[in-house]
Amino acid sequence: MPDLLLELFSEEIPARMQRRAAEDLKSLVTSALVERGCTYEAALAFATPRRLALHIVGLPAHQPDVKEEKKGPRVGAPQQAIEGFLKGAGLTDLSQATIQSDPKKGDFYIAIVESKGKPTKDVIADLLPNIIKSFPWPKSMRWGKLSAEVGALRWVRPLHSILCTFGSETETPEIVSFDVEGIKSGDITYGHRFLAPAPIHVRRYDDYVAKLESAKVVLSTDRRKEIIANDARGLAFAQGLEVVEDDTLLEEVAGLVEWPVVLMGSFEERFLDIPPEVIRATIRANQKCFVLRKAGSHELANRFLLTSNMIAKDDGATIINGNQRVVRARLSDAKFFWETDLKIKLEDRLEKLKNITFHAKLGTQHERVERLVTLAKELAPIVKADASKAARAAILCKADLVSEMVGEFPEVQGLMGRYYAARQGEDASVAAALEEHYKPQGPSDVVPKDAVSITVALADKLDTLVGFWSIDEKPTGSKDPYALRRAALGVVRLLLENNVRLALKAHHIDESLLAFFHDRLKVYLRDQGQRHDLIDAVLASGQTDDLLMIVKRVEALDAFLASDDGTNLLAGFRRAANILKAEEKKDGKSYNEAVDLHLIKEKGEAEEKVLAEVLDVATRHAIEHVAIENFAGAMKALAALRPAVDAFFDKILVNADDKDIRANRLRLLASFREATRAVADFSAIAG
Amino acid sequence: MAITSSDSMNPKTSFQALILTLHQFWAEQGCVILQPYDMEVGAGTFHPATTLRALGPKHWRAAYVQPSRRPKDGRYGENPNRLQHYYQYQVIMKPSPANLQDLYLKSLFAIGIDPALHDIRFVEDDWESPTLGAWGLGWECWCDGMEVSQFTYFQQVAGFECSPVAGELTYGLERLAMYVQGVENVYDLNFNGLEGEDKITYGDVFLQAEQEYSRHNFEAANTDTLARHFKDAEAECKALLDFGNKGEGRHLMALPAYDQCIKASHLFNLLDARGVISVTERQSYIFRVRELAKACGEAWLKTEGGGA
Repeated sequence: MPDLLLELFSEEIPARMQRRAAEDLKSLVTSALVERGCTYEAALAFATPRRLALHIVGLPAHQPDVKEEKKGPRVGAPQQAIEGFLKGAGLTDLSQATIQSDPKKGDFYIAIVESKGKPTKDVIADLLPNIIKSFPWPKSMRWGKLSAEVGALRWVRPLHSILCTFGSETETPEIVSFDVEGIKSGDITYGHRFLAPAPIHVRRYDDYVAKLESAKVVLSTDRRKEIIANDARGLAFAQGLEVVEDDTLLEEVAGLVEWPVVLMGSFEERFLDIPPEVIRATIRANQKCFVLRKAGSHELANRFLLTSNMIAKDDGATIINGNQRVVRARLSDAKFFWETDLKIKLEDRLEKLKNITFHAKLGTQHERVERLVTLAKELAPIVKADASKAARAAILCKADLVSEMVGEFPEVQGLMGRYYAARQGEDASVAAALEEHYKPQGPSDVVPKDAVSITVALADKLDTLVGFWSIDEKPTGSKDPYALRRAALGVVRLLLENNVRLALKAHHIDESLLAFFHDRLKVYLRDQGQRHDLIDAVLASGQTDDLLMIVKRVEALDAFLASDDGTNLLAGFRRAANILKAEEKKDGKSYNEAVDLHLIKEKGEAEEKVLAEVLDVATRHAIEHVAIENFAGAMKALAALRPAVDAFFDKILVNADDKDIRANRLRLLASFREATRAVADFSAIAG
Repeated sequence: MAITSSDSMNPKTSFQALILTLHQFWAEQGCVILQPYDMEVGAGTFHPATTLRALGPKHWRAAYVQPSRRPKDGRYGENPNRLQHYYQYQVIMKPSPANLQDLYLKSLFAIGIDPALHDIRFVEDDWESPTLGAWGLGWECWCDGMEVSQFTYFQQVAGFECSPVAGELTYGLERLAMYVQGVENVYDLNFNGLEGEDKITYGDVFLQAEQEYSRHNFEAANTDTLARHFKDAEAECKALLDFGNKGEGRHLMALPAYDQCIKASHLFNLLDARGVISVTERQSYIFRVRELAKACGEAWLKTEGGGA
C-alpha cells in the first residue's frame, strides 16, 4: 500500500512551537484523509528548526467508491420538485430513480448516487492547500511581494518549499502536485543551512531520512535530544563532572539545531561566588547552555555545555571562545548585581515596592505586603508559627522583587530574598520563608514544612484569591491568567499535607470562593485515587469550611464503606431513604420530627423498640466522636445500628394500618437517616 | 608610521571599516545608503526611512547607520558593554526579498564572520514597539551564542498592516565590532584601524560623551522642562497634522509632524531615565506617543510616499 511523504520547508520555526505543529499537521492531514474514506495504518510527524514533516503509511491507492441514497419528492409531486430532485441527484430521467413505499408517507422517489473514488493522490492534492493555508500556528505572518494581496498565505515564518510524494515501496513514488499561493509542491528539499545547502531529490520516507542525515539534518526531535543528552554526559564524564539535567532546556535546544554538536566551555573560578541558581539561570536563559557539577556533589563546576549547530573547520574552538566571552560578560553582570544587592538591606527596599503594581485594581506590591503582614499575624497561631517571625517574613517576602538580580532574572525571585536575608542575619526560618512562600507551585512541587513558611505561603495565596475574587477576576474555562487554580491547590496542599485546620470563612472567603476550593480539593483527592462521590457526601452533610476535616471524614467514610458493616448499613440507609422519599412525597410532609417513644413503648413491636433504643445510643456516640474529630469512631458507632436496622426491615411493616403507628415508624426511619448525617450525607454516595 | 589603506579598511580591525563594508554590501543589493536621521531616536527603526517607508505599497530599499539614544542605559562609561548612545546599522527592504536570510549571512561573511567557523543561529524573537504601535515576527541572530542582529518581518507599523511586508535588519555595531576585533571592552575598539599614535579608539571618541550624558540623563536634565517639552511636542505634532490635512486630498505635512512624534518619544525616555515616571504614568506616556505615531502613519499613507 502506498505511503505519503510531506515536508514543509521554511525559515526557522520557534523551538517552542515545533512539536505541537508537527502533531497538528499529523492530526489535520490524517483526519481529512479519513473523512474522505482514506484510512491509513500509521502516521509519524517530525519537526526541525526549518521543516515540518509527515509520513503516512498504508494509504489506499484509491479512495473507496461511495453509494449514496438521495431521497426525492413523493410520487406525483409537482413537476418543479421532480426536476429539482433530478438535477440535484445528477439524473437525466425519472426512470433512473426507484420508487420506495412508506406506510405513513406513501410512495416517493429515491436516487442511488454512486460516486467513483478518486486516486488518493488527487485527494491529497485537494486537501493539503487548505490545511496549509489555515494551519493553527500560535502566531503567523505574511512576507514578500505576495503579502500585499488579500488572503496572502500566512506561515510561522516564510515558507520556502513543499515536498510531497505518494507511492508504494515497489514503484517510484509520484509527486503530489498542488500549489499554495505560488509555492509549487515537488520532490526537493534542502540539507543543513551551512553544511549541505544544495537541493536534494527525495523519493520516499526511507531515502528522505537517510539523505537528510547525510546532509547533516537529524529529522527526529527525540533523536536530537538523545544525541545531545548522550554527548553531554560523555563530555562531562570525561572531566569527572555531571550534567545538571534540565529537560525543558534540552527540548528547547533540540529545537534550535538540525545537527547537534555539543561543546564544553569554561569560565573563571571567581564567578563561583555567585549563588549557583543564578549561574544556572544566567547561562540557561541567555545562552541556552547546560551547567555542570562535580561528580557526586552539589557544587557547580566552572564549566558549561553548549549545543552548536555546526561542525566547524577548527573543531569548534572559535565557537567555544565566542560563547565563553558571552558567558563571562553575563556572569560579570550577575556578580555585579549580587554584590550591589548585598549592599542594600531588604527592609530598605520596601519603599520601592510602592512603584510596582500588583494589579491595577488591587494596588501596589507595597500595599499587598501590608495585607500579608496582617494576614500572617492572624494565621500564625493557627499554624502554630512564631507570630513575630511570620510577620517579619511577610514584611520582607517581596523585597527582592526590586533587587537588581531579580530585575534581570525574574525566575530567581524568592530564592534571592532567601540569600539576601541569610546574608543580613535574619532568622533561618524567616530567610527560608522568603523563598518558600511561593510554594507549592503546582501538584508536584514541594510543600513547605516550616511553620513560618506555611503561614506566609498561606497568606500569599489567600490574599491573591480573595483579592481577585473581590474584583471578579475568576478563572473561566481554560483561562486562568493569574494562576488562581494553582493558588487554591496550593492552599489545599499546605493545609492537608501539614495537618492545618483552617476555618476558611473566617478569613474573608465567601461561598463562591469556598466552592472553588472544593473543586480544587476534589481534583486533588481524585488524583490520589479518592472517590469523588464520598467528597460530595461529606460536603452535602454541611461540612464545608475546614478542608482538613472534610478529608478526614472522607477517609473514615471510605474505610467504613469498605467494611461489611458499612455496605450493609448503606443498604439499610438506602432502603429507609427510599421508603421515606416515597411516603413523604405521598403525604406531602417530612417525618423529620421526634419519634414518639411513648407510643413505641405502648404499642411497638420488639424490633422497633430495639431500633429506637439503639438509635438513641448510636446517635449520641456518633455525635460525641465527631465532636472530638474521631470520625472512624463515629462510623463505628453507626455500625452498631446495623443488626437493629436489618431486623427492623425484616420484621416490621412500615405502612401499618394504624395511622399513628405508621407515622411513628416513618419518624423512626427519619431519625436513622438523620443519624448517618453526623459524618456524611449517605444519599450522595454513588451506587 | 606608514598608513596603509588595508589597515584602515579592514572590517576586522577597524570600526569604521565595518560600517563602510556594510554600506558597500547593501549598496550592491540596491539599497539607498542614507545618512543618520538628524534627531535623537531610541533605535534605527524610528528613522522615517523605516517607520514611515514601511507603510504603503511602494517598494523601498535603504541602509543607514543610526546613532541610537537609550538614556537609561548610561553607565558613566564604567560598564564595558552598556552605552546610552550607540550605533545601529539598519537595513530595510520592502517587500522582503525571498533570500533575505541569505543576504544577511553574506553580509556577515563580508565583515569577516565565516559561517564555516562560527555557529550562526536564528532564535525566535518577536519584535514589538509599543510606542510605534508596531510589531513583527523574526529572530535574534546569534553568532557563537551572542546576539549580533535583530531580524524582523514587519507586520504592522503605526497600527497599520504592512502591505507589502518589509524585512528589517538591525545590527548592533559595537557588539559586532567587539566580537570581530576580539575586544572585551567597547572603549577599546579600534575606530580607525590604525596602530600606534595614529590609532583612535572608541573610547577616544565617545568615553567623555558617555560620562557627560550619563550625568545629564540621570542627574541634571530638568524634569519640569522635559515634561513641558513633551507636551509641546505632542501639541505641535497634532497641530501640524491638522495643518497638513486637507480633507479628501493628500496630506501635506506627515514628515514634520512625525519629527515631533520622535521628539516626544525621546523626551519620554529622558523622563524615564530621571526616574520621575510612575508605573501608571508610564503606560499613559507610551499610549500618548503611540497615538501620535498612529496619526503620523495615517497621514503618511495620504502622501505620495505613502502611495496615495
